[in-house]
Amino acid sequence: MGDKLKLALKPFRIRGTVKAPHRKHTAGCESVIMPPPDEVLICMSQHIGAPCKPTVKVGQQVFVGQIVGDSEAFVSAPVHSSVSGKVKKIETITMPNGSRVEAVRIESDGLMTPDESVRPPEINGREDFLRAVRSSGLVGLGGAGFPVHVKLSADKDKVDTLIINAAECEPYITADNREALENSWGVISGIKSVMELLDIDRVIIGVEDNKPEAIRALDEVCQAANRDMKGNVSVLPLKARYPYGAEKVIVKACTNRVILEGKLPADVGCIVMNIASVAFISSYLKTGMPLVSKRITVDGAAVANPQNVIVPIGTKIRDIIEFCGGYKEQPEKLLFGGPMMGLALPDDEMPLLKQNNAILALSKKEAKRLEPSDCIRCGRCASVCPMGLTPPTLAGYVKLKDTHGLLKNGIMVCMECGCCAFACPANRPIVQSMRLGKELVKNAGKKEGK
Amino acid sequence: MENILTMSPSPHLSSGATTRRIMLDVIISLVPASVAAVVFFGWKSLMLIGVCILSCVVLEYICRKVMKRKNTTGDLSAVVTGLLLALNLPPGLNPLMAVFGCIVAIVVVKQMFGGIGNNFVNPAITARIVLLVSFPVPMTTWEKPFEWLNTADSVTGATPLALVAQGESTSYLDLFLGNRGGCIGETCVLALLLGGIYLVARRVISPIIPLSFIGTVFVLSFLLGGDPVFHIMSGGVMLGAIFMATDYTTSPMNPLGKLIFGIGCGVITVLIRLYANLPEGVSYSIILMNILTPHIENLTRPRPFGKERKHEKA
Ligand code: SF4
Ligand code: SF4
Repeated sequence: MGDKLKLALKPFRIRGTVKAPHRKHTAGCESVIMPPPDEVLICMSQHIGAPCKPTVKVGQQVFVGQIVGDSEAFVSAPVHSSVSGKVKKIETITMPNGSRVEAVRIESDGLMTPDESVRPPEINGREDFLRAVRSSGLVGLGGAGFPVHVKLSADKDKVDTLIINAAECEPYITADNREALENSWGVISGIKSVMELLDIDRVIIGVEDNKPEAIRALDEVCQAANRDMKGNVSVLPLKARYPYGAEKVIVKACTNRVILEGKLPADVGCIVMNIASVAFISSYLKTGMPLVSKRITVDGAAVANPQNVIVPIGTKIRDIIEFCGGYKEQPEKLLFGGPMMGLALPDDEMPLLKQNNAILALSKKEAKRLEPSDCIRCGRCASVCPMGLTPPTLAGYVKLKDTHGLLKNGIMVCMECGCCAFACPANRPIVQSMRLGKELVKNAGKKEGK
Repeated sequence: MENILTMSPSPHLSSGATTRRIMLDVIISLVPASVAAVVFFGWKSLMLIGVCILSCVVLEYICRKVMKRKNTTGDLSAVVTGLLLALNLPPGLNPLMAVFGCIVAIVVVKQMFGGIGNNFVNPAITARIVLLVSFPVPMTTWEKPFEWLNTADSVTGATPLALVAQGESTSYLDLFLGNRGGCIGETCVLALLLGGIYLVARRVISPIIPLSFIGTVFVLSFLLGGDPVFHIMSGGVMLGAIFMATDYTTSPMNPLGKLIFGIGCGVITVLIRLYANLPEGVSYSIILMNILTPHIENLTRPRPFGKERKHEKA
């Protein structure tokens, strides 16, 4: 085993994908810890699933790591205060996607006093572990925000592989790269815990090959880990093309298993975890401090000092940008996440959510997109689609509102990665039309259900 | 910060590819063939090229104006259509007839069906066929290359395909360099290949259609007792396979569809050449396959990732 085998590991073939610009300007920037802001806004829905209900009252004193919102639902995760201070207000805010959710506004006293409930969890087996992961408030840190305990609860007999997603295929973002470089031992110890407690013996860490230092650092810790346990942990360099970090894509690239339409990685025996999530598990098991801060990349030509920052969750974007030197020029677009799948924000009042991994303030030049023109049927969109879809055909069915045709041609497989629109010479708003198509199908399904 | 942020759906990046750039690449790739046209057939061919391009652009502009749609001449697709049509004409053609061809290509075939991307047959090829049917004699009056240097009056020649019918042959070298009679842009194989290599290298076209088209002509003409090298280098096979059959709008998008399309073009070309009462079949073969394109596309559309076969019928 050892070196040679690892280098011989090659990713399996993926269709499509695009060569997006990397723009990893901040890859060499050591993470800086941001001091607590004057106030934070803890949103009750920072995950996929049921939103939490506030468990604190206005005027109440709270401490770092104290639960401020929770839910009874299984697919949900509690939220914690990221500072110590007083609850100022409980209000309803509008999320960038238009939905309205409750949020707790906490005024910080600047002391960052930890809550007394914060102590390392006692773990005796799988059930304890899953419960601990839930109470840590951990959600998928890669962007989707799926509660991690739900993922880990997958049928034990079915799952044989843990895939650590460190592909980081979105341009600009380097937070996972920094995680690998600054916290490789944390990553491996988190991996070990998951392996032991869930009885998994194969782990593949997928990293795009534009991060050779991260690959080297992870490979080193993997070898050490393989020496002292029976497991098989390896680093798999992936092609530096977008979107190798998408869940279905990374599972195929690492294991050659195809997740069928509407199924989950667990159905093909895989659990996919983001590298930051697995590193967080290790720190949680040691300290018991729930998810109250996270490492994000702040970049874009409109930001004065692009860098990686460890920020308390709930910090307003304006404060984060100010910490990074403020705006250098008027930003044209403000994004939560990367430029391929990120969400454009109306202003910088939004608080940081658990699953965000970057804030980009794009300048006019960076954000420039041309006017859409007529589709010339060049087929570029179809040839780059990792999901094998033919967008012009689907767009035709969207126009006709033909849900049968949409379903038949796989509209629900679309993961909105944006490769198609990226490649389109006519600048067609393809992803938008895909979303519309999915809505049509969902609405039609609802009607039929009644 | 003032609240003037742009809100738009993802993705927020683009590859920078534009329709205009693609069309510009096609024009660049046709420069060698256009130069060869002028070298072999003189200033008349330059005039034909100019007339066709100009009328296509003007016609497109007028059409869009009349139809009250956005002006699209900036995408250069009308220039490409004009250039391709010119290269598909015999050197001595009356420019007025060429203008008529442009009307067919731009007004009837392209704009009446909704403009770029919506026509179901290739505009330039359709125009050529309409001209061929409307003006059979001028459209088949060929000239010997370099005649323009010697005499003021053009001396008619014959195409290699017609010569073969008379039992005469043309050397491979002459065919390759284009020293033979024919449409102004189709003769110089060398120039056309250069253009094709440029297009493939720039990823404007996939090599599947040209290779399968030319390959099929080669193999099938050999099997049916013809001279394969002669068949692929004569007539409009190179021009058709590289530049006309690869038109985005009228050929299938996915690789398997392209392969079937190319083979289909090749088979029909050879069958027409060898068995029909026509010397040349490239234009007809392409237009026939154009019409079949939507069906080929439906049959060969790739299966989406993780979609089960049984689901397809549901
Ligand atoms: S890439 Fe754009 S222009 Fe090309 S076929 Fe797709 S939608 Fe049409
Ligand atoms: S957004 Fe959808 S259609 Fe477009 S490339 Fe991604 S998966 Fe394919």
